[in-house]
Amino acid sequence: MNLIVFTILAMLAATAVTVARIRDLWAAIMFTGIYSFLSASWMLILDAPDVAFTEAAVGAGISTVLMLSTLVLIGPSDAGRRKPALVPLTVVAITGCALVYGTLDMPHFGDPNDPIHLHPRPSFVEKSQVDMHGLPNVITAVLASYRGYDTLGETTVVLTAGIAVLLILRKEKDEPEREAAAQ
Amino acid sequence: MEQVVGLYNYWVVIFLMMTGFYMVIARRNLMKSIIGLNIFQTSVFLLYITMGKIHGGTAPIVPPRIVQNHAHDGHADGEAAGHAATHAAEVAHAAGKSVEEVVEAGARMSGEVDGIIYSNPLPSVLMLTAIVVGIATTALALSLIVRIREDYGTIDEEKILEMDRLP
Repeated sequence: MNLIVFTILAMLAATAVTVARIRDLWAAIMFTGIYSFLSASWMLILDAPDVAFTEAAVGAGISTVLMLSTLVLIGPSDAGRRKPALVPLTVVAITGCALVYGTLDMPHFGDPNDPIHLHPRPSFVEKSQVDMHGLPNVITAVLASYRGYDTLGETTVVLTAGIAVLLILRKEKDEPEREAAAQ
Repeated sequence: MEQVVGLYNYWVVIFLMMTGFYMVIARRNLMKSIIGLNIFQTSVFLLYITMGKIHGGTAPIVPPRIVQNHAHDGHADGEAAGHAATHAAEVAHAAGKSVEEVVEAGARMSGEVDGIIYSNPLPSVLMLTAIVVGIATTALALSLIVRIREDYGTIDEEKILEMDRLP
């Protein structure tokens, strides 16, 4: 196992545990940003540069900004000391063990004989060179062309979410008047 | 030992996933639940991305010299037909053989185009979509938290439930 990969994975796990344990919300948000950057680094090592860029920009950037602005709006709020939650811990441990048991049958990491690598995979690289007239990035070709309708649906989701956020956060200036009318 | 090296990435991902899961179900603070949900989400992205990696592979971005060769060929349709014919011939050829040989033939061609082994582009594409949809749902959840705080004066789940129980 590569030393860099091992270090990044250890830091990822440590950051996740820190986020779960820390009580201060501001610190938790900062650690979430660190977590996103670390996972983006691992994605880069795993040959997914596009996802790594998006994760660094969206996961560590926009997400952190959104959470910090929420923190400004809701004011300082601490979770306070509590005794460790035993029931959730047990549930998590059991689920984790079941999932690990499930991985024992999984194909090994990076093996070219994995089912995921066998069927339509090379044809995407071959076809995109012909179909896209030499667009070098296969990920872009698949995202914008072969799955173009899906990407359109994704923009619809983002638009809907934006409208919903605006509606939820809208200041209702005439609220006292309406209450008076109701009474 | 071989098992550990082959599966460590899944185990790390499961550990991260369970940390996020714990935050969602154990923490009473709504903000912490959203953060936990984000961690869970990122670990799912990592699960998919690790599956797409292939040993000795590189990112699915075609080097410029190969791109130019293909662009200058000028008979893209004929070439595509040729590819299809070759592929069909390979499949037909493989059909007469045992399962092991078919898998072996598949493994030889898996990921390899023009002598370069590319990692799988499909998980990357799926996760790009998922990241953007994820930030949309996070924004929605955060705005709901702001409204809850305005109405209840707290984001502690227990206190909110208590207030709801009061007549």
